[in-house]
Amino acid sequence: MFPAVIILAMYLKDPQGIQRIAPGLIAMTLLFGNTSMAAIVVTFEKRIGALERLLLAPVSRPALIGGKVMSAAAFGLLTSTIISIGYIVIFKHMPLRPGLLALTLLLGSVLFASLGTFISLAVKEVFEAMTVCNYVRFPLIFVSGVFTSIKVLPRPLLPIAYISPLSYAVDGVRQSFAGEGGIFPIYLDLILLALYGCLFFVLAVWGLKRRIQKEY
Amino acid sequence: MTSVGKEEWAIVVSGLTKHYGEVVAVDEVSFKVPQGEIFALLGPNGAGKTTTIRMLVGLSCPTAGDAQVAGFGIGADLVRLKETVGVVPETSNLYEELTLLQNLIFMAELYGVPRGERRGRAERLLAEFGLLDMRETIFRNLSRGFKRRLTIAAALIHSPQVLFLDEPTLGLDVMAARNLREMIRELNRDGTTVFLTTHNIPEAEALANRVGIIVKGRLIALESPEALRLKAQAATIIELNLERLPEPVIEDFSALPFVSQAYKEGDSRLRVVLEEVTSPAREAPAGPAGIYEVIQLAQSKGLRIRSLSTIRPTLEDAFVQLTGVEAEVMRMDKVSSPGARPGSSGGGD
Repeated sequence: MFPAVIILAMYLKDPQGIQRIAPGLIAMTLLFGNTSMAAIVVTFEKRIGALERLLLAPVSRPALIGGKVMSAAAFGLLTSTIISIGYIVIFKHMPLRPGLLALTLLLGSVLFASLGTFISLAVKEVFEAMTVCNYVRFPLIFVSGVFTSIKVLPRPLLPIAYISPLSYAVDGVRQSFAGEGGIFPIYLDLILLALYGCLFFVLAVWGLKRRIQKEY
Repeated sequence: MTSVGKEEWAIVVSGLTKHYGEVVAVDEVSFKVPQGEIFALLGPNGAGKTTTIRMLVGLSCPTAGDAQVAGFGIGADLVRLKETVGVVPETSNLYEELTLLQNLIFMAELYGVPRGERRGRAERLLAEFGLLDMRETIFRNLSRGFKRRLTIAAALIHSPQVLFLDEPTLGLDVMAARNLREMIRELNRDGTTVFLTTHNIPEAEALANRVGIIVKGRLIALESPEALRLKAQAATIIELNLERLPEPVIEDFSALPFVSQAYKEGDSRLRVVLEEVTSPAREAPAGPAGIYEVIQLAQSKGLRIRSLSTIRPTLEDAFVQLTGVEAEVMRMDKVSSPGARPGSSGGGD
């Protein structure tokens, strides 16, 4: 509901500007939906002992993390798809490159679900996971072009914007609606989303190994 | 299975050690468990039982040493090792929101049971464990005993060669614990090697072919329950049933020159272990003379004796003699668990 309410609020404030801001909000939905779901699932499973049950099964650590990431990504993808379709239907703003939109949402979901899984393995409780997630998410929102373009950011913030994986998700979604006019070439958006996804996945597998060593 | 000579070993443990920082949880533990045996690791809380199981099932990485379970090294091929063992953790941790049948089918999937066999195996296990009528019940709605049963059934879904049970009857009432013990015996009769940990001495005595006693991470004895009892029988144990037993006087009995140990049993019973006279040169008044000395001390301390008897040592007595850990401490160890019944031999503690 949170992204839907934000989109509505933005529309009421500036009906003409909604097309500019909506791609950023869809990307933000990706970030929040995936990281939150991954953080809740993993920390909750740790608490009830279900994670230990999975660790006792003949399943490799990457496969186990893959399962967690896929389940969280499925939820995040569903949420962002619903928000995207709702936006398209209500505001009659068709994406010019729907295939690119689908691919961006898919890669973004895996990336942010991996990030959420990595964070949740570093903490014990759900509220800790949410707190740490927010420390990461809120700064990213303000430097990744969600509300304002990266182009207008102060120069000292630009390196952070270029490091932020959310920047490439926002840019990918924006280009899929507008067809052009992105900050980065579209292939770079997709490659970096995939690479960041791999990086956080590897970090999550490492986090699981570290968690096992610490707890057992 | 690891084959050594004619014997096939289900578990071979060699110098297994686990450190948590400065704390030594398991200290160079070595033992072998032959195929088809029920082996119990007995010890108080914090002795290193669960840590040992965790290392043997690949959940925890040892600091030193090695082990093989069903022929697979714990440091090498963990996935293959996990395929051959079933694990019942101390706390039943199946999915609360799934039905009994769904839980077992999920476990079957997790352990790579072919799709066509999953439902059949799950229903067969539910029938064997007396849970078939409840197959559509949600797991969270089960009683503790039934939850334990299903957790064991889940550990058997892939027909493991070795079954690990961590405190299997913890928190169960007397009847549920008895039923569960009978189930474990049946599994063993069907050829499954059983490795269990317990702090419940009567349970180890009733179930196990051999008992390993572990205290502070060290394995201090490993014998059959009968052999451990025989060790204890070398000494004479007298039990004084007193009107009251103040704690400080126990030390006075321990201090007698011919007494190897004195400890409280129940509320007001005192057990005194008289040393065996092994050397003719020694002048300790063992046997009846020793009993006389003990009675004299009791009277001098103003303790009223209701009755006095010499007793046949149990595994509990052997445990106390070997470890110095009082049986009462063992009974109280996990009493905080819901449903626990301290002092009952039914295994609820």
